[in-house]
Amino acid sequence: MGGPLAMRRLTAEQYKRAVADVFGADIKVAGRFEPDARRDGLVAVGGSWSTTTPSSFEQSESRALSIAAQVVDETHRAQFVACEPPPAGEADDACAAEFVRGIGRQLFRRPLTEEEVEARVAIAANTTRATADFHAGLQFALASLLLAPEFLFRVEQGEPDPTDPQHMLLTSGSVASRLSYFLWNTTPDEELLAATEGGQLLSDEALGAQVDRLLASPRLEEGMRAFFADVYSFDDFEDVSKDTILYPAFSRTLLEDAQEQTLRVIIDHLISQRGDFRDLFTTRKSFMTRTLGLVYGVPVATRDGWEPFEFPEGSLRSGIYTHASLMALHSHPGRSSPTMRGIFVREAIMCQPVSAAPADVTFSVVQETDNVEFKTGRERLLAHQTDKACAKCHKVMDPIGLGLDNFDAIGAYRATENGVPIDTSGDVSGEEFSDTRDLGRVLHDHPAVPACLVENLYRYAVGRDTALSERRLLRYLEGRFEESGYRLHDLLRLIAMSDGFRTASERRAVETQPEDEV
Amino acid sequence: MSGLDRRTFLRGVMGGAAVSVGLPLFDGFLNVNGTALASGAPLPLRFGTWFWGCGMNPERWNPTAEGADYELGPELQAIAGVQEHVTVLSGFNMNLDGEANHPHKSGVMGTLTGTAPPKPDDVPAPTLDILISDELGSATRFRSLEMAATGSAKHSYSRRGQNVVNAAEVSPLALYTRIFGTGFQDPNAAEFEPDPRVLLRQSVISAVKDDRTRLESQLGAHDRRRLDDYLTALRQLERQLELQLSAPPPLDACAPPEAPAEGEVGADIVRARENHELMTKLLLMALACDQTRVFNMVFSYGASNLHLPGSQTGHHTLTHEELIDPELGYQPRATYFVGSSMEAWASLVAAMAAFPEGDGTLLDNSLVMAHSETSFAKIHDVLGLPIMLAGRAGGRVVPGIHVAGRGDPVTRVGLTLQQLMGLSVDRWGTRSMETNRGISEIFA
Repeated sequence: MGGPLAMRRLTAEQYKRAVADVFGADIKVAGRFEPDARRDGLVAVGGSWSTTTPSSFEQSESRALSIAAQVVDETHRAQFVACEPPPAGEADDACAAEFVRGIGRQLFRRPLTEEEVEARVAIAANTTRATADFHAGLQFALASLLLAPEFLFRVEQGEPDPTDPQHMLLTSGSVASRLSYFLWNTTPDEELLAATEGGQLLSDEALGAQVDRLLASPRLEEGMRAFFADVYSFDDFEDVSKDTILYPAFSRTLLEDAQEQTLRVIIDHLISQRGDFRDLFTTRKSFMTRTLGLVYGVPVATRDGWEPFEFPEGSLRSGIYTHASLMALHSHPGRSSPTMRGIFVREAIMCQPVSAAPADVTFSVVQETDNVEFKTGRERLLAHQTDKACAKCHKVMDPIGLGLDNFDAIGAYRATENGVPIDTSGDVSGEEFSDTRDLGRVLHDHPAVPACLVENLYRYAVGRDTALSERRLLRYLEGRFEESGYRLHDLLRLIAMSDGFRTASERRAVETQPEDEV
Repeated sequence: MSGLDRRTFLRGVMGGAAVSVGLPLFDGFLNVNGTALASGAPLPLRFGTWFWGCGMNPERWNPTAEGADYELGPELQAIAGVQEHVTVLSGFNMNLDGEANHPHKSGVMGTLTGTAPPKPDDVPAPTLDILISDELGSATRFRSLEMAATGSAKHSYSRRGQNVVNAAEVSPLALYTRIFGTGFQDPNAAEFEPDPRVLLRQSVISAVKDDRTRLESQLGAHDRRRLDDYLTALRQLERQLELQLSAPPPLDACAPPEAPAEGEVGADIVRARENHELMTKLLLMALACDQTRVFNMVFSYGASNLHLPGSQTGHHTLTHEELIDPELGYQPRATYFVGSSMEAWASLVAAMAAFPEGDGTLLDNSLVMAHSETSFAKIHDVLGLPIMLAGRAGGRVVPGIHVAGRGDPVTRVGLTLQQLMGLSVDRWGTRSMETNRGISEIFA
């Protein structure tokens, strides 16, 4: 049970949230972050592989100095520095040590060692003497904490299980970190840190109490937003641009509102309403802004901000997968892409990987078509399907994507393409549908869809792909998820309390994935 | 306080009874550290790569006759004005050695790593530019600079390891700030005043480095390697800080530019050309001011996402879906982007050739390789990859000729470049791509 312990690089979002939680939301976090790397479909998994480049380290250093300068400036220092500054030019090692110990514990998610404290106290003392400024000393001491690998990475630790020394357990502190990032996507709070002392969090009762506390907190919302943004690749929105001559309604605001709309629907349905997860693929309930109203073709009364909205019965907008966000993300700059949309549904919603284009792909079939201009996406893609090699995968991807072809590259409705009516009928593994209303029902009832959520949440929590030995655990989680009526809270609790979440195998030895990972 | 004694706080300079940071403190430091290039030393050698996506149409792009004054086909017309500086290497192949041809990936890995990647996202790193920057880059503030004209920081092929990607700068303003903002020392400034904060910053990094032993002992091999990457990055910053403590030697060609305006980034061809132009200017000055000696410019990434404003389909999609015009014999809309890419390449070469340095130009002291991931993109062809070189590499290279590879492995190019840049390497590449034959035609 369990997989290798991980060393997980903080995402840009996690870094910012940790800083806001430890020092306050008004501390500015500047500079460019290294792009987060996705692996096996999740940034949360990629974080166990991603490293540090010289240019990102440069940025980290200037960011650390700038954050530290703000923390000790005249506005903020009173919150963090307990003592009165000593006379100019003199150091105060005791005060510096207290400062370093308190903040260091929050940043490293564990108590600092004496050596780690001493090194920072020395920086503070020497800087104070050199600059005649006690707070400058604290600034540089703090900067060195913010630059440490133990802050920039979550380094998980294991220890032998006292009842069965063959097995490794995550330490209490590492469980706390996993839990906090899993449910809240940020650094553990004071109560959670306190609960780790003396290895308390290893007991079911103590862990269960913390899990319940975190699940009941409004911060769960932020955590789950991070999860869904990861699993639906919302970081890719950074690279999305649409041709504004073809799509005058396109703007950065539109993209931001579209992402927010989808996340709002998910959070409202799963967390506020505690709804059945599968209903996300049929729900007509949504939220609107005026910017979005332009794309959806609906009037929005609220001038600035959001209002609840429900698409009328019979609307093709059934389920989050018909939202402008996902339609725009899985399109070309100038037109829709049934193939990209099909891959998205297969991979991110059903966890059915689509193999890459075959090695001998020539695309020559498209070339041999007697100069016929294809009018619709379906016609263009049928050409692929006449070739056996192409058809093998396109038959899996395209029907779902073509079912969504009523939505253009920014997700606006259209009945025709180049004057020809769009045919959205198709099938998912034999289940026929005629448009998105049916397709949503097919997804709703498809066993792969909730199983995929289970697998993704689990991988997100542990920061790695699942091991073969975890198949049974996954089946068990799927069964319990079903029994709960597909309620997210129940699934989150099951995962956090599972052995897989709390145990570990040895450390990862090699650069590549072990063979037994699936 | 034994922990304190071990630490080389401020490298011993600021320890003891120092009360404030003043210049006398630095004098000793500078004496220890006076290894910078003396004035009058030879001008530095530079290396660059310039990438464009989706290749070309071989019969319209490849010259036929070899040697100097090669004739320019329709798709190379753009380089007419700089032909004397540009060597065309045609007909060099990427051998797949039984691996799949991963579309838009295998070809570029062949050129940059000499190995056919088994899986689509495998990078048999380090890439060529890294090998060369290890030779050329350690003397400068930046080991290398990566830039992408199409707006995505992910558009970079510069990799030290599978997961160590040097992200690209995409905004001219951010590039300017990185090079000429805080930490830039004008080599021609009348007076040199080291920033006392540099010593303090060194102490911050030094403490972090000292922590690593404890961490290292807790990690498995996979994570130890990632910690090594972290330490490599840390040492690079240490080196930058060290350089900031000594007065840089004057460089006549260096004149720090004005900051560019904050602009939009994106993959439409007009915007990409503009940003390429702006970043080129900054890059050239960064080279002249010896802030870096290695650069990687991605004009468009593999499977180029360039598109025309107002057009439904971009470059990559067009290469697959546009019909070959039966009369013209090629895809006119896709080919437009080949022409535009060649214009952008020619503009970089022209700018370097027009940039005076010493008795010659910046281009005389540089070698830049332009390359793409395919020849004919419609079929993802990795045979006969289009490659060009520009510059004299400080007199080591005869520019302006056409060399036909006749199906030789593309690793001959990479091997030649490493040798020209001073690496002692006599063979490069793996399996059928392994070669010990440089391209002697271009050696001066």
